[in-house]
Amino acid sequence: MKKNNDFSPRHALYLKKVKTENAIVWILRFAILILGLLLWEILAITGIIDSFITSCPSKIITTIGTLITENNLFYHMGVTLYETLLGFFIAVFAGYAIALVLWWSERCRRVLEPYIVVLNSLPKIALGPVIIVWCGSGSKAIIFMAVLIGIIVAIITMLNGFLATDPNKILLLRSMGANKFQILTKLVMPGSLPTFISMLKISVGMAWIGSIMGEYLVSRAGLGYLIVYGGQVFKLDLVMAATVVLCILATLMYAAVALLEKVVINYKK
Amino acid sequence: MNKLLELKDVSFTYQTMTDEITAIENLTFSCDDGQFVSIIGPSGCGKTTILSLIAGLLQPTSGSISFEGKKLTGRNESLGYMLQKDQLFPWRTIEKNVLLPLEIKGKNTPENRKYALNLLEKYGLKDFIKNYPDQLSGGMRQRAALIRTLVSEPKLLLLDEPFSALDYQTRLSVCDDVYNIIKEEKKTTVLVTHDISEAISMSDIILVLTARPSKVKSVHKPQIKGDSPLRRRENPEFGSWFEKIWRELN
Ligand SMILES: Nc1ncnc2c1ncn2[C@@H]1O[C@H](COP(=O)(O)OP(=O)(O)O)[C@@H](O)[C@H]1O
Ligand SMILES: [Mg+2]
Repeated sequence: MKKNNDFSPRHALYLKKVKTENAIVWILRFAILILGLLLWEILAITGIIDSFITSCPSKIITTIGTLITENNLFYHMGVTLYETLLGFFIAVFAGYAIALVLWWSERCRRVLEPYIVVLNSLPKIALGPVIIVWCGSGSKAIIFMAVLIGIIVAIITMLNGFLATDPNKILLLRSMGANKFQILTKLVMPGSLPTFISMLKISVGMAWIGSIMGEYLVSRAGLGYLIVYGGQVFKLDLVMAATVVLCILATLMYAAVALLEKVVINYKK
Repeated sequence: MNKLLELKDVSFTYQTMTDEITAIENLTFSCDDGQFVSIIGPSGCGKTTILSLIAGLLQPTSGSISFEGKKLTGRNESLGYMLQKDQLFPWRTIEKNVLLPLEIKGKNTPENRKYALNLLEKYGLKDFIKNYPDQLSGGMRQRAALIRTLVSEPKLLLLDEPFSALDYQTRLSVCDDVYNIIKEEKKTTVLVTHDISEAISMSDIILVLTARPSKVKSVHKPQIKGDSPLRRRENPEFGSWFEKIWRELN
């Protein structure tokens, strides 16, 4: 790597242009957010929109404040986070393991293919009542829902990643005398690491869908519960506040995966 | 001299649901220790199949292959296979890539590692052992790929169109480079290619194959003077050999 001061003036100019462009993009991003919030607030204050059904930023903030002080917001966050993370990890690990088995045995893959196709196209929410009967109406049912929604996509994504291994590289390993286990551990698994990261990213979204959907169906706590409850008693401030908190948590979880990607895939230029 | 490799009346047929593809029919040839043999033929004629047979990854439908006088039944243990493109694993450093065959064979001993590192040093890759393949030029990557095939001290090298992914300039120099290393390490080599110049400039023996099902159409021994492929390309004899083989292929 060259140091900054080794570059020619022209390159310095180019770097500056790129940096300015990046700064503009960031400024515009924030501008949209702030303008949007301002507009929302002004429209609500002037009564052009009815803040009883649309809420408004200042009310959302005060609601979050009272949620923290009076309604145990962190408890609800904890409940949802627990369900989401558990659903996420179970779906990811089980999905990876099942994809490994399907990669290993072509027969197994062929036998199970139609089942996976059907499960994939089935709207999992339809199984809600069944899940409640089986797991009761607590966290268990919600985690089950999150796993169910996440695992199929995890399996399909990972299996496609495993199967996309370059046949020439497999041939190379076989010529060295590698057995199937070595092909798996030396080539297929490390080679599909980028797919694994994509799978994690997709699974973050799936886990949130699963846990919130589950909380809509059955729950006495959690952000999904707050949202449903807020809707039922027509407290739109509560609905919006819980949604904002949800947005923040989901973004943080996605960012954690993106960070992991930077750490794990360090061999690319 | 004893025959290192001998193919007798080898045929091979691929089975598919819709077709039976006879890739190779009654192929016979042999090669001595230390020779450089090129197999040249139109693409799709079965060249890669021949190498897979020699490597013992496929078994002939009929005929026999012997290696060092013994009939080959399973995988051929003492060869190095180099494929189209370098096939270096992008997530492994150059050093780890080169040690891969040792890991696979369970021979990753300090002694063998030292041998591998010596090869890397001898052929100018020492400063790059901690780099990832993406950080190296096409030529250096190819050299690393060759060293990877050499670390397990094979008796026979199989090269499957190893330069076809490179641009013309790089190709000429990499071809020289690979040839020199092979001669320095005194390895017997079977090269498969559809590039006539490459075959003429590198080989002691050239087998020209027919279109599928492949048979040996003719055998040539160009033996052009010159100590490297590039020099041989400059030799006046080169042109007439090129023309001769070109006519046979078309
Ligand atoms: N696994 C396979 N199944 C069926 N046909 C194959 C298979 N591999 C190669 N072939 C066919 O055999 C012929 C020879 O293939 P190949 O040895 O790869 O040729 P080349 O290396 O000379 O281009 C081709 O026509 C190809 O379509
Ligand atoms: Mg080929």
